[in-house]
Amino acid sequence: MTVVQEQERLHVSSHNEEPVRETLVLGNPSVRDVTSRIASIVESKITLKYLATLAVTGGMAAWGLFALYYTFATGIGAWGLNNPIGWGWDITNFVFWIGIGHAGTLISAILFLFRQKWRTAINRSAEAMTIFAVICALTMVLSHTGRPWLFYWLLPYPNQMQMWVNFRSPLAWDVFAVNTYFTVSALFWFIGLIPDLATLRNYVKSDIAKKIYGVLSMGWTGSTRHWHHYEIAYMILAGISTPLVLSVHSVVSFDFTVGILPGWHTTIFPPYFVAGAIFSGFAMVMTLLVITREVLDLKQFITLKHFENMNKIILATGMMVGYAYAMEMFIAWYSGSDWERWVFINRAMGDYAWAYWTMVLCNVVSPQVYWFKKARRNIPLMFIISIFVNIGMWFERFTIIATTLHHDFLPASWGYYTPTWVEISIFIGTFGIFLTLFLLFAKFVPVIAIAEIKSILPGAQPKHHHHA
Amino acid sequence: MSTTPVGVIGEFTEVNAAYAAAEKLRDAGFRNWDIHTPYPVHGLDKAMGVKRSIITYISFLGLVGGLSTAVGLQLWTGAIDYKLNIGGKGFFDWQFSIPIDFELSILGTAIMTVVGLFHLCRLPTWYNKYQEDESFKKATDDTFVVTIDSDDDRFSADGTQDMLRGLGAVNVHLVNASAE
Repeated sequence: MTVVQEQERLHVSSHNEEPVRETLVLGNPSVRDVTSRIASIVESKITLKYLATLAVTGGMAAWGLFALYYTFATGIGAWGLNNPIGWGWDITNFVFWIGIGHAGTLISAILFLFRQKWRTAINRSAEAMTIFAVICALTMVLSHTGRPWLFYWLLPYPNQMQMWVNFRSPLAWDVFAVNTYFTVSALFWFIGLIPDLATLRNYVKSDIAKKIYGVLSMGWTGSTRHWHHYEIAYMILAGISTPLVLSVHSVVSFDFTVGILPGWHTTIFPPYFVAGAIFSGFAMVMTLLVITREVLDLKQFITLKHFENMNKIILATGMMVGYAYAMEMFIAWYSGSDWERWVFINRAMGDYAWAYWTMVLCNVVSPQVYWFKKARRNIPLMFIISIFVNIGMWFERFTIIATTLHHDFLPASWGYYTPTWVEISIFIGTFGIFLTLFLLFAKFVPVIAIAEIKSILPGAQPKHHHHA
Repeated sequence: MSTTPVGVIGEFTEVNAAYAAAEKLRDAGFRNWDIHTPYPVHGLDKAMGVKRSIITYISFLGLVGGLSTAVGLQLWTGAIDYKLNIGGKGFFDWQFSIPIDFELSILGTAIMTVVGLFHLCRLPTWYNKYQEDESFKKATDDTFVVTIDSDDDRFSADGTQDMLRGLGAVNVHLVNASAE
């Protein structure tokens, strides 16, 4: 029976089987099968197709780095920013990438606390995606400073001017929030990897690989005395990552809300940004996993059940951002402020109406197909929707930034913003960096949390006498 | 035959047998022993009689450290070292300090949790006295590997091996110190 047939069978008859829930790992593999299935990806030969893909993404990254070099050599004038519009694609891309990261933390931390076992198949790749997305976000935000070699001016350090950073500024909060997020995500990811790196150390055949995985796995032996500490540490990291992920995008939204511009100065922004971040992040996880699952043949572990759950979250968070769009409009009217009302009418009907309606179509309309189970389990469809959501969420940030800035209070400071080739190249470059890192990860690091998958296999846990 | 053994190794392929063996070995009073498992086995630490981890206290220290750093930094730089008047706002107010207080608390907790974990598990230790043993390597694959060190008071080369076999372990053998 093929995996797909088995899934169909389990799906149909799941209500009269013992675990009542749909099986998360198909094909009933033994513990050893799990090791060899996932670890063998690392040992498999590097194919021409892989190298060709890597060359394309590496080329994109190189092109982006060239555009960054051009920016730094020329100055920010190389971008399309102008007087009313001081933030353009730079901050749009920053918020876009940092938002993508949020799904990884949600899957690894929040779903862990809620004991959602289905997270085990996807958490590793989602966490990796988080780290790579935050790297792209940091690239954007550093390049937007114009002189990134002076980045340390953002940090409070003793200097000859005896000046400190202004801690009342949300931009200073952002520095702390994003760096904390990157550090904690990286630590969480690495701690999760240690047991699997030890598995690879004992699995791989070449001496060099053994050495590398040996050093990285820190000498992990699987000792129960160590697992004892490890599980509590993992729980603590999950516990603190949960409020952290909610705080990071809240702080990012403070960059806008603390300013007193109509369209930005709203209290709905923090929850609205967090919901949007999770929404966009799940879409990106979906885009990547549909491909990874196909290319690395992981259908056994990443099943339609996983995709269906993710699509439910995409539907729910999509509805939340839809609600936020509607509520923004309502509050703009209800506020009685002429400026506020005008900005929102302008957002939907002004120069950037095309961006606004692209956002609404992609984010609110397209996920509505997920009310139907057939759609939630249709792989080509979910791939397309995930791309739509990625596009829509990018346009959400662009709409927020551009529509508020392009018409300032006085008509004398009205303008329109179009990016130059440099900004477009940098954005393509961040995708190049992101995809290159993900490709390297998928080849050289266990893409699925081996130890976690083993622990949820049927019969993996002892039957205790005190509960049946 | 002057080599002294470092300990005895035994393999369990079935989790319930390993669990039952852990309880027996604990009750027999062994101290320097361990079960190496490919994944965390629920309750096995209790069955072995492992005491509650102190890592939560270490993490808490990190939280306190992070929070006091954040408050101290914002208070000292803004209200003591260099008073900067920004729009007539207070030099230090707890309200505006919240985001950084929060972030540094999280950062401190995370770092100390990892430091604590590394310390308690003695990571990194790129050496283990059993590392050359083929049975031992199976612990990261699919086997529950019991190791009983020779420095345990209750250790006896033959008796301990017999006991492990009696508990259902397979491939029970003595491990000698490597030649190097």
